[in-house]
Amino acid sequence: MQILYFAWVREKTGCGGEEITLPAEVRDVGGLMRHLAALSPGHAAAFANPAVIRAAVNQDFATSGDLVTNGDEVAFFPPVTGG
Amino acid sequence: MARIIVQEAEFDIAAEMAALTASRTDIGALASFTGICRADEGLAAMVLEHYPGMTERAMARIAAEAEGRWPLTGCTLIHRVGRLPPGAPIVLVLTASGHRGAALDACAFLMDWLKTRAPFWKREEFTAGHARWVEARAEDDAAAERW
Repeated sequence: MQILYFAWVREKTGCGGEEITLPAEVRDVGGLMRHLAALSPGHAAAFANPAVIRAAVNQDFATSGDLVTNGDEVAFFPPVTGG
Repeated sequence: MARIIVQEAEFDIAAEMAALTASRTDIGALASFTGICRADEGLAAMVLEHYPGMTERAMARIAAEAEGRWPLTGCTLIHRVGRLPPGAPIVLVLTASGHRGAALDACAFLMDWLKTRAPFWKREEFTAGHARWVEARAEDDAAAERW
């Protein structure tokens, strides 16, 4: 699956995105965050406080309980600040 | 159908306004909002990042919501990305309608929802050399919730 990071989440993980294989035990956005947090110290820093991270699944805003599958594009970013 | 654009270049407000009213006589009100990069203490530039693809989808959804709530004859949303110096226009919202109430309310609604429901992020760069990500504000969430 395609993972994307934006703003300070991108800076902390050290990459704009990555292709991963979704582990069988990971079913939702919250579980995916815990899985990604274990990938590197940068990822751990990015996901240290899941409450301040927002997510999108296939370009729609999602919450931690929303389900994910291996074909999804999932993005993680801070609360938006446009306008 | 709204005109939705994400671009680095500056927009031409007069041309965008003219495009919404061209060859129409049923429009009684054209409301506009322009967001400008304010020169807060020591600010050198604002850098805007977005999520290509999702941004346009989110903006189209927000515009469709406005078109469902108010009788608009036209609607334009243009949001700039990239590095913008103080004084530079950042965002343009135009709404056209038969009467001013709908145009003004829809314009305010679109800005409130754009700030809280479209995937843009602002980073402030200061003349002293440091930079920081702008944090989301509770007042913006409250403004979006009132609709």
